[in-house]
Amino acid sequence: MKKKRFWFRSALLAILVIAIGYTIYNSIFEESGTYIKKGDIAPNFVLTDLNGNRVELEDYRGKGVFLNFWGTWCKPCEREMPYMQRQYETYKKQGVEILAVNVSETNVSVNNFADRYRLTFPIPMDRQREVTKAYGIGPIPTTILIDKNGKVVGRTSESLSEKKIISFMEKIKP
Amino acid sequence: MDNDVEVLSSMRYEGSARRSQTYNKTFVDHIWNFFSSVRVGVWLIILILVAAAIGTIFPQETFIPPNVDPATHYESEYGTLGLIYYLLGFHNLYGSWWFIILLGMLGVSLIIASLDRGIPLYKALKTQRVTRHDQFMKKQRLFSISKEAELDEIKYTLESLRYKVREENGNLFAEKGRFSRWGAYVNHVGLIIFLLGAMLRFFPGMYVDEILWVREGEKASIPGTKSDEGQYYLENKEFILEMYDKKDKKFNGALSSVNGEVAKNYQSNVTLYKTKPNHTIGEDPELVKVQDGEIRVNEPLKFDSFALYQTDFKLNEFSKMSFELEEKATGKKFGKLTVDLHDPKKKYDLSNGYKVEIEEYFPNFILNEQNQPSTINNLPDNPAFVFSMYSPKTPKGEKAFVGIQKNIEAGENQFKMSFAGIETKDLTALTVKKDHTLWIIALGGIIFMIGVTQGLYWNYRRIWIKQNQDGVWAAAHTNKNWYGLKKDLDFLVDKTGITPLVEKETDPK
Repeated sequence: MKKKRFWFRSALLAILVIAIGYTIYNSIFEESGTYIKKGDIAPNFVLTDLNGNRVELEDYRGKGVFLNFWGTWCKPCEREMPYMQRQYETYKKQGVEILAVNVSETNVSVNNFADRYRLTFPIPMDRQREVTKAYGIGPIPTTILIDKNGKVVGRTSESLSEKKIISFMEKIKP
Repeated sequence: MDNDVEVLSSMRYEGSARRSQTYNKTFVDHIWNFFSSVRVGVWLIILILVAAAIGTIFPQETFIPPNVDPATHYESEYGTLGLIYYLLGFHNLYGSWWFIILLGMLGVSLIIASLDRGIPLYKALKTQRVTRHDQFMKKQRLFSISKEAELDEIKYTLESLRYKVREENGNLFAEKGRFSRWGAYVNHVGLIIFLLGAMLRFFPGMYVDEILWVREGEKASIPGTKSDEGQYYLENKEFILEMYDKKDKKFNGALSSVNGEVAKNYQSNVTLYKTKPNHTIGEDPELVKVQDGEIRVNEPLKFDSFALYQTDFKLNEFSKMSFELEEKATGKKFGKLTVDLHDPKKKYDLSNGYKVEIEEYFPNFILNEQNQPSTINNLPDNPAFVFSMYSPKTPKGEKAFVGIQKNIEAGENQFKMSFAGIETKDLTALTVKKDHTLWIIALGGIIFMIGVTQGLYWNYRRIWIKQNQDGVWAAAHTNKNWYGLKKDLDFLVDKTGITPLVEKETDPK
């Protein structure tokens, strides 16, 4: 009888704790307004970059991908761009690629910006905001870290310091 | 010998110590007993209410302007208090982990407290005996002793009042409305279902609440509607804003007192499409038409489990701007160019050696802190350009900054860009809704109300009749509405001639 009660109580409490825990787990990702969670496979997308080249995410399997969403009008985005460029030059050889998805701007504006900061990584142009929407991007900049298996291993909406970028690069280096 | 459970409070468990006091409590039992306490439940409710109240001090995240980062918005807008508000998660109260924990704990408290009380109560009421101890009878608030009474008559009368009557050794037990005692527990079941429904909103695929802006003539993917079968797209064919005609006799009386126009209808004429199953995000979609639709306020377009509601609009967003290259001295024009504000070209060739290049484009022009031309965002609300104008006379090119009501030249130019018209488009904003939890929440609410009704509008009346040496004892009890019970008893006394039951003086304690 005593034993039965113990097991009944333990089981009920365990179920409730799991239910609440799972709700909180989901709410944390709901909060950032996204369908893409850490541990998910990053959804594939196809965009044309600033130079007219086709960029498909799946082609980068085997490499780490530093997926950044940005706009020329966004000051924090502008701040992290030179850092990204510098680290890109270092980590490209080590198998990390930067994809800086521009959120719905024109080639004229982005070209000037890219020239000013001498950006050499691909800038996919998300003119219709399709990728931005699918990735549930709220405020920019947002950076999503994808490992060599295409799995999302990190996501942040803060303006990144160079140190932070280096630590991210190390994280997704194949 | 007599297991009356309600004789005295100390007799509730036959005088034995409560189980929790006799055996070694495990960790699980400690937690169980914590949640079993009504006091804990009440405190949880108070905490939730206080948190919800604090959550209304500053606006919730949903209501701050889009495209601002909440991390900085609350501090810049409301100072340190705003920052604390944000850091503690009050800005997104229903999604903050500690609020969910509080709600979860309330759920646990509801379940455990109900189990701990409901089950023993059910058992106690189910195994009630007909013959009660003298002491029990005397203790009841309504009590009397009659010299004699006709038992069959009492039974018949009580049954005519729709009591359920049991008989044992010449004693009677009559009860009515026992189910009202379950009211509180039914009510709790409803609340638990309600909380479950609220919890399910956080589960993938259960709940979508997104906003979709579409320009007239454009197609856009509908957020939250991607599945293995493809992605839904919506085309905004036309946005319609109709106003009441003030000259119309029918409305004249009502509208003459109103300044300005009064909207009559907000409507989006749309076409719904779906992509092929293997659609890749960002790729030009291969669309298959699903249906045409008209969306008005409160008349959503429904498909699958989704509904699109008319929510907002923006009229006359700039879409294209036209300019002419003009020689200032002669006023002669050398061709016209139309700039698509969403996709301007770099070069516009006007032939015969005349051409224009766009050096810089600011869709929503502003002078920033360093007095540099800049843009607020990517929406063409206040477009401005830096043009280079080339002609056979000026092969090196002349530069000019051109915006709305602005034309600033780099030097003394021979040519200028003169404004030649603008095209605009309307935008519609639709809310994308999907809610699989609504029926669960509604069910919980209905059960909750049934429980409330059950407990409040009915009451559990009990009457005991016992044959003793000195006569026939009668006692009665109800959990509420003593007036109703007394009316029943008056009827019984009237019909059977037993001694009227009198109310005992409440013991001064």
